[in-house]
Amino acid sequence: MHKVVIVGASLAGLRTAEALRKRGYDGRVWLVGDEAHAPYDRPPLSKQVLTGEWDPTRVFFRQKEGYAPLDLELVLGKRATQLDSRARTVTLNDGTVLDYEGLVIATGAAARWPDVDRSLEGVHVLRSIDDATAIRQAFGKRPRVLVLGAGFIGLEVAASARKLGLEVTIVEADAIPLAAKFDAKIGESVAAMHRAHGADLRCGTRLVALEGAGRVERARLSDGTILEVDLVVAGIGVTPEVDWLRGSGVVLTNGVECDAACATNLPGIVAAGDVCSAPNTLFGETMRVEHWTNAIEQAQLAAATLLGLPAEPNPMGQVPYFWSDQYDIKLQFAGRVSRADELVMVEGDLSARTYVGLFGRAGVLCGVLASNRPGPFIRFRKLVAERAPFQSAIGATAAGGS
Amino acid sequence: MKIVVDFDLCQSHALCTEAAPELFEIRDDGFLYVLNETPPPELQGKAEKAALECPTGAISIQDG
Repeated sequence: MHKVVIVGASLAGLRTAEALRKRGYDGRVWLVGDEAHAPYDRPPLSKQVLTGEWDPTRVFFRQKEGYAPLDLELVLGKRATQLDSRARTVTLNDGTVLDYEGLVIATGAAARWPDVDRSLEGVHVLRSIDDATAIRQAFGKRPRVLVLGAGFIGLEVAASARKLGLEVTIVEADAIPLAAKFDAKIGESVAAMHRAHGADLRCGTRLVALEGAGRVERARLSDGTILEVDLVVAGIGVTPEVDWLRGSGVVLTNGVECDAACATNLPGIVAAGDVCSAPNTLFGETMRVEHWTNAIEQAQLAAATLLGLPAEPNPMGQVPYFWSDQYDIKLQFAGRVSRADELVMVEGDLSARTYVGLFGRAGVLCGVLASNRPGPFIRFRKLVAERAPFQSAIGATAAGGS
Repeated sequence: MKIVVDFDLCQSHALCTEAAPELFEIRDDGFLYVLNETPPPELQGKAEKAALECPTGAISIQDG
């Protein structure tokens, strides 16, 4: 193989390029990204970049000279519009046609916007560095902020805005935030934390209209409330970027359908990161995981698979992990709790700043959530990977020392 | 090989302690400690894995 095209120049795409080189691939690599920017790290966007703690340039993975050793052809500011899997070509929006022998689909996901008019100024989603920079600039004018969605991105945006002393309203359609994903008690505790920090969190209602003359001035909610707002940021989830693959023969379900080694149904085509839906052998279900560590794990698998090398997911890498920084709290979560039937707090309680909670399903440890307790967290994460019996995991606390 | 941690970047995700428990430890104070900055050859692969997996890019591996 001499020509690899990687579509998507974010974490998964860059890491796949690095992994190909590390495994000895010395052919050409095109890394194609639709943003004008070189690859950068997204997690700080909703935190350090929004609060202004970081200059946005700190998020770039490599400086310009850092790309020389990778010997990539960085194609930035261009979007893939079509895949012809028979001719083995990718067409870009400026008409460029790239031939490939190996193709990596790493186009990620796009932030959703609710079903309301988006044409007013002052309305944003948060996915890209340009989004973050625009919101950060708007924050400087001391706006009244409306955050749509009390998921992790929405809550981090709210926390960053409150850190700057801005007036913040959060609107969440569900009755309790995070309840569907975790547990109602955890959602209540996170909600209480935000209220204690002065955010106006309104649950069980949704945005129905934005109004204003050119700029957003008012938001109408489904419960009849009218809010005076100057800035709206939606954090209501993402949709995998697969439109360019329609009609290509690549099987699309919830994203790009892959096997556990990140291979698609077509030879020479792999996928990695937010766009990739793959069986998780540890949990026995197919998942599309939108987390940072998943992107780097799948990049390794995708690179190995493309090169015809063994690609075996390791158990630890199959435990979904994410974190969220809000105010002075670092929440860390590992596992899969959508169908958990037990939650036991093994340290602290949900009203405390520090706690560790374990989730069980059918007598097996399936998840751990910790607040400001990284040491114990990581020990339990290991037990999740080992599919430890729930009772013995609870007992492991005392034996675990710190 | 030398392990260098930028403690301004480290946010105690603790993934390195999983990748290379012989080299990294999070103690009760919540901070990261490097147990051996110059790992022996048999641990160098683990050290590289720890650097790759650090969500804040706080770990770098230097020659020498």
